[in-house]
Amino acid sequence: MTQAYEISHLLAGAMLLTSFALLYQERVAAVLNAFAAQSVLLALAVAWAAVSDDRPDLFITAAIALTLKGIVIPVALHRTVARLGIHREVEKVVGVGVALIVGLALTGLAEALVVKVARGTASHAREELALALAIVLLGFLMMIVRRNAVTQVVGFMSMENGLILAATGARGMPLVVEVSVAFSVLIALFVFAVFVFRIRERFDTVDIEALDRMRGDRR
Amino acid sequence: MTADFFVQLLAQGAQMTFVLLIAPLAVGVVRRVKALLMRRQGAPLLQAYLDLAKLVRKESVIAESASWLFRSAPYLIFALTWVAAALVPSFASGLMFNWAADVVALVALLGAARALLALAGMDVGTSFGGIGSSREMMIATLAEPAMMLIVLTLAIAAGTTRLAGVADFFIAEPFAVRVSMALSLIALVIVALAENARIPVDNPVTHLELTMVHEAMVLEYSGRHLALIEAASHLKLVLYLSLLVCLFAPFGMAPADAGLAGWLIGLAAWIIKILACAALLGVWEVSIAKMRVFRLPDFLGVAFVFGFLAILLAFLTRGVFA
Amino acid sequence: MPELYVLGVALGALAVAAILAAVTRGPALAFVYPLSALAATVIGIVDLGALLRGGELAAVLPIGLPAIGLHLRLDTLSAFFGIVINGGVLAASVYGMGLDRTHELTPRVEPLFPLFAAAMNLVLIADDAYAFLFSWELMSLASWALVAARHTDPESRRAAHLYLVMAAIGTAALLFAFGGLAGPTGGYAFDTIRHHRPAPLIAALILAAALVGCGSKGGLIPLHAWLPLAHPAAPSHVSALMSGVMTKVAIYGFVRIAFDLLGPPAWWWALPPIILGVVTAVLGLLYAVLDRDLKRVLAYSTIENVGVIFVALGLALAFRANGQNEGAAVAMAAALLHVLNHSWFKSLLFLGAGAVLHATGRRDLDGLGGLIHRMPRTAAFFLVGALAISALPPLNGFVSEWLLFQAVIAAPELPQAALHFASPAIGAMLALAAALAAACFVRVYGTAFLGRPRSVEAANAHDVPLAQQIAMGGLAFLCILGGLLGSVLAVALAPVLGDLVSTGLPIGEGPTPFSLIAFDPARSVYDAPVIALFVAIASLTTLVVVHRISERRSRRGPAWDCGFPDPSPVTQYTASSFAQPLRRVYGTLAFASRETVEMPPPGDQRPARLSVVVVDHLWRVFYATPGRAVLNLSSRLNVLQFLTIRRYLVLMFAALVLLLALAAVTT
Repeated sequence: MTQAYEISHLLAGAMLLTSFALLYQERVAAVLNAFAAQSVLLALAVAWAAVSDDRPDLFITAAIALTLKGIVIPVALHRTVARLGIHREVEKVVGVGVALIVGLALTGLAEALVVKVARGTASHAREELALALAIVLLGFLMMIVRRNAVTQVVGFMSMENGLILAATGARGMPLVVEVSVAFSVLIALFVFAVFVFRIRERFDTVDIEALDRMRGDRR
Repeated sequence: MTADFFVQLLAQGAQMTFVLLIAPLAVGVVRRVKALLMRRQGAPLLQAYLDLAKLVRKESVIAESASWLFRSAPYLIFALTWVAAALVPSFASGLMFNWAADVVALVALLGAARALLALAGMDVGTSFGGIGSSREMMIATLAEPAMMLIVLTLAIAAGTTRLAGVADFFIAEPFAVRVSMALSLIALVIVALAENARIPVDNPVTHLELTMVHEAMVLEYSGRHLALIEAASHLKLVLYLSLLVCLFAPFGMAPADAGLAGWLIGLAAWIIKILACAALLGVWEVSIAKMRVFRLPDFLGVAFVFGFLAILLAFLTRGVFA
Repeated sequence: MPELYVLGVALGALAVAAILAAVTRGPALAFVYPLSALAATVIGIVDLGALLRGGELAAVLPIGLPAIGLHLRLDTLSAFFGIVINGGVLAASVYGMGLDRTHELTPRVEPLFPLFAAAMNLVLIADDAYAFLFSWELMSLASWALVAARHTDPESRRAAHLYLVMAAIGTAALLFAFGGLAGPTGGYAFDTIRHHRPAPLIAALILAAALVGCGSKGGLIPLHAWLPLAHPAAPSHVSALMSGVMTKVAIYGFVRIAFDLLGPPAWWWALPPIILGVVTAVLGLLYAVLDRDLKRVLAYSTIENVGVIFVALGLALAFRANGQNEGAAVAMAAALLHVLNHSWFKSLLFLGAGAVLHATGRRDLDGLGGLIHRMPRTAAFFLVGALAISALPPLNGFVSEWLLFQAVIAAPELPQAALHFASPAIGAMLALAAALAAACFVRVYGTAFLGRPRSVEAANAHDVPLAQQIAMGGLAFLCILGGLLGSVLAVALAPVLGDLVSTGLPIGEGPTPFSLIAFDPARSVYDAPVIALFVAIASLTTLVVVHRISERRSRRGPAWDCGFPDPSPVTQYTASSFAQPLRRVYGTLAFASRETVEMPPPGDQRPARLSVVVVDHLWRVFYATPGRAVLNLSSRLNVLQFLTIRRYLVLMFAALVLLLALAAVTT
C-alpha cells in the first residue's frame, strides 16, 4: 500500500505545484504550458489509480485527459493566441506575491477542512481529497485574480482537473468516464466559442492598428 | 579521561580540520567545471589553495578611514563560519559536540558573520561598501523566513532541531519519495544559492558595481584579511553543501558508535558527495543568468512558497507516517 | 517581613526626593540621581531575594479607599519585573550623574525622575485594582511631564499631547478590564478577583480590554503612534527608562491579568496577542528601517521587541490552555528573558544615543558618521547593544530568541487547527523580524559610527563623561554575561515559571552545566559558553597562525574605492540609501512608497532630484480618521450647548419617560 500511496501522493502534490505555477506566470504561453503539465500529471495520476486499484475504466479517463486537455486544447489555444497576437501578457488584479500567499492560505484551509470533516475515511483517500480541493480552490482563485480571458478559461479547466482527481479517489462513482468526456467537450466548445467571438471583435482593430504602426503615421 | 574520550575528541577535531581542508578544493571543482563547460581549460583544481597562500603572504593595505572593526572583523568572520561549518555532521553523525549544533544556532552564527561583514563594508565610508551591505542585508531578510520554514519542516519530520538527530532520522527512515522533502530540498537549494552569493543571486567573479553584492562589501580588503574572508566564503559554501548532503543524501554517514573503519567509509562518502555537489553547482552556474537585484524577491519567494507547501503537506501526511 | 519595610522605606525615600527636588534649585539638585541609584539598588536586592526564595509577601495599608485599604504583594512575578525595572533605573541614574546641569537639564526633570521610578515600582507590588490603577496613572503622568519637559519645542508638545490621549485611552480600557474582573460583587482586591471566574464572553472582553490598555502602553500596533514621538522627545536617560522599562511594566500588567487574574485560559485567547504581536514586530521594524532620526529608530525597534514578547506570551497561553506545560514554560521563559534582555540592550542603546546627542548635538543619522574614531568607548558599547538587539550569538538577545524559536517549532503539536496552521506563518514572520532587526542596526551603526563624518559636529565629537561610560559599560557587560550564562538566568526564572505555568525549564540535564535546554536534551540544546569558546579558540588560532606566516604589518593608505576615491564624505551611503533596497521590496507593500527621480535635460545646470513618498496607512486609518470623526461629532453635539429652555425640558422629559418605559418592560 505504501508504495502505491507514495506515488499517487507524489503525483497529486505535483499537480498542486502546477496550480501554484499557474498563479505565478506572467505570460499566456507559460500559463498554457503549466496547464498542459497539470493535465499530463492528472492523466498519470488517474492511470496509476487504474493500475493500483484495478479499475480499468479509469484508463479511458486518463487517455481523455491526456489527449484533450494535455495536448489538443493547449496546442489549439497556443495557436490562436499566437496568430491573433492578443493577450500576450496576463493582466493582474493583485500582485503575484499576494496571490501566492492567498493560495497558501486556501491550501491550509482545504487541509484543515477535509481532515476535520472526513474523519472516518481512510487516510490516503483523505489526503487526495484535500489536495484535490486545494487544486479546485486555486483554479477558482486564478479565475478571480486574473483579468485575461484565456487565463480564466484555464482556471476553469484547472478546477475541473481537481474535480476529476477527487472523483478518482472516491469509490463507487461509476460515471467518471462519461462525466469527463462531457465536461471536456463542453469546455472545448466553450473555449472555441469565446475565441470566435474575440476574433470577430478584435480582428479588424488588431489589423488596422498593426497596419498603422507599420505605416508610421498616427491619427 | 579514557582513551575513548580522546578518540572522540580527535574525531571532532578531525571534522573541523577536514572541513577547512576541503573548502578550497570544492571551490576549485566549481571553477574548473564552469571553465570546461565554457570550453576553456580553466585554472588547476588546487588554484584556490595557492591563491590563499599568496594572499596571506602579501602586505595588507588598510584605508585611512578604517577602524579597529575593519581590522578585526575578518578573524571573527572566519572563526564564526569555521565553527558553524565544523558543527555540521560530515562523516559521522554522533560526534562529541554534536549537541551544540542546533540548526537555529547555526543559522544565527552565520547571521552574526554576515552582520560583521556588512559592518566592515560600511567602515571605510565609500559608496561601494554601502551598496554591498545594503543589498546583502536585504537578501538576508528574504532568505531567513524561507530558512525558518525549512527548519520547521525538518523539526516536524524528525522531532528535533539537532542536526545529528535529523541526520539519524533520515538514515533510519527508508528512502521514500515524499513531496514535502522534495519541496524542502528545492527551497534549501535556493536559500543556499542566495546565502553563498552564487548565480543567480550574485556573481562571485563580477567587478561591475551594479551586479555586486558580496564583492562590494570586501572591496577594500587586501592581503591576509582578504585571505581570511575568501576562506570564510569557501567554508560557507562547504557548510551549505554539507548541510544539503547530510539532510537529503545521508547514505554512507557513519552512525554514532561506528569504529575507525566506519568513519573512513563515511569520510570517503562525504568527500565524494561534496565534490559531486560542487560539480553540479558549476553546471548550474553556467546554465542560468544572474538576476536583477529586484527580481530576487520573486526567486526567494519561490523558496518561501515551497517551504510553506512542504509544511502543509507534512501536516497532511503526519497521520499516516508517524 | 523586614523586606517589605525596606521596600517601603526605599519607595518613601524616592517620594521624598521628588518633593524636595521640586522645591530646590541649582547644585543642590545633585542629590537626586545618587539617591535614586541607591534606592533602586536596595529595591533590586530585595526583589532578587524574594525571587530566589519563592513564595510571596503581602501587606495591607490603611490608606487609600475607605473600606478597602491599599493591598500590596511582592510575589515572584513582581520580584522578577522589579529586578528588570530597578536595573534600568540604576543605569539611568548613574548616567544622570554625569549630565551637565547647566546645559542639559531643566529643573523640571529632577523632581519627576524619582517619582517615575517610585510609581513603576508601586505598580508591580499593587495587589488591588485601585492601587494598580493609581500607580499606573502616576507613572503615566510622571512620564508625560518628563516628555513635556522641553515644552518650548513644538515637537515635544505634540508628542506630549498624543501621549496623554493614548495614556487616557489605555487607562480607560484597564478600568473596564478591572471592572469586568471584579464582577457584579465588586471585590477589587486581587485575592478576591482570583477566586471569581468570569463568564467566557466577559473573559474575552476583559482580555481585549487588557490588550488595549497594556498594549497601548507597550506600543502594540495599532496603538503605537505615540511611542516614536514621545520616547525621543524626553531626555535620553528618561527615554531609556520609558523604552526599556516602562514598556515592561505594561507587559507585567498583561501577564498579571492574563496568566494570574483571569484563571485558566481558553485556547483562542492566544490568537489576539500572537497576531497583533507578529504584525507589530514586522511593521515596527519596517518603520524603523525607513526612519532617519536615531532615537526614533530605537523607539520603533522597541515596538518590535514588545511585539515579539507578546507573541511569546500568546504561545504560552496556547500551550497552557492545552495542558502542554513544558511548551508553556519554554514560551514564558522566552518572554520573560526577552523582557530582561531588552531592558538591558535598549537602555544601553538609548544611553548611547544620548551620548551621541551630547557629543555632537545631532540626532539625525545623515549628519553623523565616523564616531568610532572620536568616541571609541561609546562606539564599543553601542556595538555590543546593536549586536545584542539583532539576536546574534553569543550575546543575550539570541538566548531569548532561541527559546522563542523553539516554542514556535513546538507549536505544530498544538491540536487546534488555527494554531498549528498558523505556526509556520508565525515562524516565518519572526525570522523576517530578526533579519530586519539585523539590517536596521547594521544601518544605524554603520551610518552613525562607521564611515567618515558627514558634518562638522560629527568630526569634532568627543567622548562622554565617566559616569555615563560606566552606565553604558555596565549594561554592555550584562549583555555579554547574559548571553553566556543564559542557563543560569533560566535557573533563576524557575520560581516565576513555576507560579505561572506550573513547570520550569529542565535544569542540569544537559551535557554541560551551562546548557540551556528547551524541552529535552535530545531535542534541542543551546550551549553558549561552548560555542563562544570554540569561536574564541578558532579566532585566536587563526590570529596566531596567520601572523606567523605573514610577518608584515599593515600599511595605511587612501581608500581603494575601485580606483576613483572621492574625498568628499557626501559620496558615502546615507541612511536612506542603505534603506533603499528594503524600501523597494517591502515599502511598496506596507507603505505605498514611491520614488521619483527628476532628471534635468542635458545642458541644464540644476541638480537631479530624488523624492521618496512614504504613506503611513496606520496613522490615517487609526488616528487621523477617527480623530476627525470625533471632532466632527463633537462640533455637531456642540448644538446641545445652545438649546432653549423648552428644548432642555424636552430632553429631561424624554429621559424620564424612557427610564419609566424600561422599568415597565423589565419587571
